[in-house]
Order: sequence, then C-alpha cells, then structure tokens
Amino acid sequence: MAKVNIKIEGQAYQVEEGLTILQAAKECGYEIPTLCAFNNGECSLASCRVCLVEATGARGLVASCVYPVAEGMEIKISTPKAVEARRFSVEVLLSNHNMNCQQCEKNGNCELLHVAKITGARDGKFLGEKTPVTVDQLTPSIVRDTSKCVLCGRCVARCNAIHGTGILGFENRGFNTIVAPAENRSFADSPCILCGQCVNVCPTGALMEKSEITEIDAAKKAGKYMVVQTAPAVRAALGEEFGMKIGTPVTGKMVAALKRLGFDKVYDTNFAADLTIMEEANELLARIKDGGVLPMITSCSPGWVNYAEYYYGDQLDHLSSCKSPHQMQGAIIKSYFAEQKGIDPKDICVVSIMPCTAKKYEKERPEMQEDGIKDVDIVLTTRELAKLIKRSGINFNMLPDEEFDQDIMGEYTGAGVIFGTTGGVMEAALRTAYYALTGKEHEAIKFEAVRGMLGLKEATLNIAGKEIKVAVASGMRNAKVLMDQIREGNSPYTFIEIMGCPGGCVNGGGQPFVKPMFLPNEDANILETYREKRAQALYSEDERQALRQSHNNTQIQALYKEFLGEPNSHKAHELLHTTYKARERFPEK
Amino acid sequence: MAHLSASAVKQIEEIIARYKDERTPLMMILSDIQNEYGYIPLDVQELISEKTGIPVAEIYGVVTFYSFFSLKPKGKYVIGVCLGTACYVKGSQQVIDKFSEILNIKPGETSEDGLFTLDALRCIGACGIAPAITINGKVYPKVAVSQVPGIVEEYRKLGGAN
Repeated sequence: MAKVNIKIEGQAYQVEEGLTILQAAKECGYEIPTLCAFNNGECSLASCRVCLVEATGARGLVASCVYPVAEGMEIKISTPKAVEARRFSVEVLLSNHNMNCQQCEKNGNCELLHVAKITGARDGKFLGEKTPVTVDQLTPSIVRDTSKCVLCGRCVARCNAIHGTGILGFENRGFNTIVAPAENRSFADSPCILCGQCVNVCPTGALMEKSEITEIDAAKKAGKYMVVQTAPAVRAALGEEFGMKIGTPVTGKMVAALKRLGFDKVYDTNFAADLTIMEEANELLARIKDGGVLPMITSCSPGWVNYAEYYYGDQLDHLSSCKSPHQMQGAIIKSYFAEQKGIDPKDICVVSIMPCTAKKYEKERPEMQEDGIKDVDIVLTTRELAKLIKRSGINFNMLPDEEFDQDIMGEYTGAGVIFGTTGGVMEAALRTAYYALTGKEHEAIKFEAVRGMLGLKEATLNIAGKEIKVAVASGMRNAKVLMDQIREGNSPYTFIEIMGCPGGCVNGGGQPFVKPMFLPNEDANILETYREKRAQALYSEDERQALRQSHNNTQIQALYKEFLGEPNSHKAHELLHTTYKARERFPEK
Repeated sequence: MAHLSASAVKQIEEIIARYKDERTPLMMILSDIQNEYGYIPLDVQELISEKTGIPVAEIYGVVTFYSFFSLKPKGKYVIGVCLGTACYVKGSQQVIDKFSEILNIKPGETSEDGLFTLDALRCIGACGIAPAITINGKVYPKVAVSQVPGIVEEYRKLGGAN
C-alpha cells in the first residue's frame, strides 16, 4: 500500500493511503470521539456527526469516519470550531433522547454518555418535539426502545452482515426515521432469530436483553428450591464485567459467587452437554446405519433453530431432535434429580446462566415443558449475572475458587466445555462417534480442522475406514450456504454444526459488551481478537480436564443405567428430544 | 407470501427479471411495481427480497422513504395539495384541512370507498397560481376553501366510472 504524508495537530505522520481520517488518527495515537463508526468500517454511515474534524482541502468540517486521508492533508481535532461542532452534534442527539439514565440497563456501558462526557455536551440544550416512540418488549429475549436510538446503523449492519436476512432497517424519513423490523413490527412478528447480536453493538439502551433478574427474586420469595446451571461460554467472559482481561477463565469464582447468591445447587450445563453428545452422536450413528436423513445438523443453538424454522421449514428433518443442553439439564433436574432428592418438581426453580438472548425465548417454547412444568424457569445472560453479583455486594475478584456441586450431575468432561465455541460441538461429537465406531479413543483427541474463528469450516475424517465429511458454520449468512446445498440436494456432508452467533456462544448476544473505549488495557484490535481469546479460555479448560470424552463421564453412565436406559431410548426421547415447525416470517397482524 | 396469487407472483417475477443485470436494481423494480400496480405491500417486498437477496427491512426502508411509493392501494382520485411555502402562505393549509374534513381522512390516507387519496405535497412549482392542488395530474389554480366541496362533488359524480 502506498503511504501518504499527513499532519495531525501539526505533527507529521506517514499513514497508508485509503484510510479514513478516523483510522489514521487512531494509528497515530488520537482518539476522535464517534458513535456510529464501529469496528474498523463494519458500520460507518457518518450519520451521528460526532467525529467532525477540520481537514485541509475540505469545505468546512468533515466526518472523519468516512473522509479519506490524502497527501499533504493537515488535520485538526482540537480547534475551537471542531470541538464546538462535536459538542453540538452530541447535544442534538441528546435533544431527541430519552434521558432516564438511572433506569437504563445500558448505564455504565453507554457510548452516548461517553461521548457526551468527552465533548462536554449538555442535555436540555434544545427542547421541543421528539420522534414518536416505539417500545417493543413482546419477545422474551430483546427489548427495542426507539426513544434511546441514535440512528447509528450499527445494529442494521450487524444484523444484515451476519444473517443476510437483515431484520432491522431504517424506515420512514427525516424526523420520523426509526430503526425497526419492516412495518415497525415487533421482533415477535418478524423473522428475527433473537440472537442478540444487535444488542451487542448498540451504543445506547435502544436494544437490550429483557431482564429476568426480578423473576429470581420472586422465585426466592416463593420459597422455591433454586438450582442454577451455567453454560460453558459464561466462564470465558464473566471476568470482563469485573475488569479482568478478555480471555480470563473464571470458573471457580463464578461458582463461588453463585453459591453466595442463595442457590441451593450450582451445576454446570457441561454435564448436559455431555448428555447431548451421547444422544446426538448416537442419533447420528443411527441415521448413518439406518439410511436416515443426512446430513444431520446440530440443534444446540436456539438462534439457529429459529432461523431454520423461518427460512428452511422444508428441511427441518435434517435437524437433530436433541434439545439444547440447558433444556436437557432442566428436564433431568425436574425428573431424575427431583426423584432422587424427593422434591416436587413444581417446587424447583431452574435458572440457566447463558451467553445467549435466544435461550430466553427457547425456554418458553411449548415443546420445552411437560404438564405446564417448564424444563427451565429463568434464563439470565452473562451480563445479568454480573449485575446480580454486583447488586449483592460480592467482591468478585476477591472470591476463592470453588467447585460445582458434585452430586448426581456434577461431573463433566472437556468435550462439554468446548460446546461454547464454534466447532466445539462438532469436535465433542466426533470424539464420541469415533469411539462408538472404532471401539478406541481418538489418539490426538483434538480435531484441529474444526477449530478457529472462520465462519465456514469443513473437514474430512477417516473413521474405521469410512470417510466422513463434516462442516461447521456460525452466523446465518454462512449457514445459508450449507442449507442451500442441502435444499438443492448436493450437500456432500454427513454431519453439520451450526451456531447462530459468529464464533459461537463465546460471542453470544448475552455476553459482556466489548467496547474499546471502556477497555483501555486491551489491545487496539480487541474487536478482532476477543472471540478467539474467549474460545482459548475454553480449550485450555478442556485440556485441564482428566476426562475429555462425553461417554467417559461416569455420572452420565450412571444416569443411563439408573434412569434413562440407553441413548435414544423411549424415556430419553420423552425428556431430551424435541420437534420443530416451519414458521411464517411475517404473520398477518 | 401466501396472500399473493400465482399470477401476481409471476408478474412481479417478470418485473424483477427485467433488472437482473443491474448492480442496484431496487429503485427500478419498485418504480415499475408502483407504476403498474399502484402500491407495494409487504408480501410483494418479501418476494423481491427472496429474488434479489436484499433484506425486507431495507426494501421497506426505501418504500417508506420516498413518498412516490405507497404501501396501500391509492384511491381512484389522488388529490395532492401543495403545502410549499408560496401555497402555504396563500392558505393551502386551510384547503387541505377542508378536504380532510369533507372526506374524513388525514393526509396520506385513502377514503373507505377507495375513491379518494389525500396527499400533502411540497412545492410543485406552481407558485404563480398558489394555492394549487392537483387531482390525478390535473392542476387547479388559486383554490379557495369555498371551492373545495364543489370539487369533491364533481369527482363523486364521476364516481367509479372511468
């Protein structure tokens, strides 16, 4: 790339040609405040006008997020004209913003407050009419409140780039512009998969998960027996909420915190991840043996399941009938566990701590309850757990490392841990399928080809003289490629893993926000590396486990022996498997 | 999509096919559909999305951005009242209010019998004859509020006849 000579605040620099002023300034050590520009160009509509600077050769001030550098350009960030213009831009945004910051779930992570502070903007500078407001809280997963929206377009970019379907868009014109699903519908009446990626990129409180913290209080007041389970990806990110570096695993502290939050039992969803593998690997082997529908596709990700139901309603028999791990665990807690402990299932409240917003919806599905008793009662995101911990006055960083409860469903293997990242479910299933087909453990244990953050991966494995082609996709744009192959009848694969969020659950819609302006101690390119770092935390926990394969989990073996019979038995099907149905994308209102 | 007839689907697919080699075909597709059918409901937008890969939300955004596009069928007679500066100063707000009152619809809406749509227009370039209105392209100059009932009656008499 050719270089150009520029000056910023009178200092000479050489930067790559083609960079925007914002990017170039960042490389040279300047932080120009901005709202709409995000992740190195993932979104830059120049809509917020917060990043205005002076540049020679331009008429007036320019939006640095889109204006490219040029040879000889002199850029001034700190002139009174530029400083006042940036403050003015933020004040205009504030004038159409619902300033109830105390009640706002985003408080503490709000980028609008951040730029307001930096630019010195005051609210109440311009008073008058406000854009008509829509608050959509009809889904159990996500709340959209347009009174907090700054029309930056990041969610629109994220939703479309990842899913290709683009649920969110700008609608109407001028002062009436809002970001919404078509017809300003609720997420509930549009083909939104509830993955929460929009929540992760929203700079304000316009998009947030629907909090269920008050439901915890209500269950405790009602005297329920509280059982909590945590998904693998949570431990890889929860520490970030308490100032730890991204990629720090906090399994022991997380357990210690949960024990201090008044839960009667603290279990790991990894136990059920092992159970899922037993069911899923055996389902796969049965399909191969009996000439069933192939390729079989994983069904652990409720975001992906939603997508399949909306867009591939004609291909649902490819999905494994397995419930997702936390639903399996919930079903076992309310049956086997309840029986063993002599507790009425009605008196048990199962709480799942998940990196996911779609799980909040999943637990409400009619298929996920039996006689009005839900498998899982409450789903909290990783972020909500952090709030719960902070609310309770626990100093997370000073907690000792403690162990999950070990009785009945306390044991888990490394295979369960890696469920939280793209390729992990595939790898876990292969470890067990390999054993089932050959009678031996795979020597390497690791299946490198399915690891890493690529959106679409494939591998060919030779198991017992049989070639098996597998594929792994995360993000629906990638899933679509594999699904179109299947629909056209030319999919070469036997087994496919699909996760809704890019990178898998480590990057789920319920994970801590990764906002560089609030993370001064992380690398400058943290938005490119955080998924990998969180995944690494899981792979390292896998390596620390004595047991690495789901079928070697002794409590799983006991569960089958004493309760379920064998994988895919009648009882297993009743409790651990589910059904899917095609859904209309835009149902008549 | 269930609500579109097979023949409608075929016709719309034909329109989409006209622009298959265009890099950004959306405006052309929407213009043709608006011209030929008079409106672009969500079902049709879904079909366009499926064929072009452009998200429904984006198509909906374009349709609601340009006032030329309509989500609902327009009335047989589209009354456009200019609210540009000159017409406004000459009292066009009172004119549009009178139409609203007589037809019992707000600007942008269509009467229940499907006969009239009332649109508020910005400057139509007829400032010399302000306040001006247009009905299906025919321009009425210097409209006084007192003329409005007569104009409506004139078109009511024409009724559904072409």
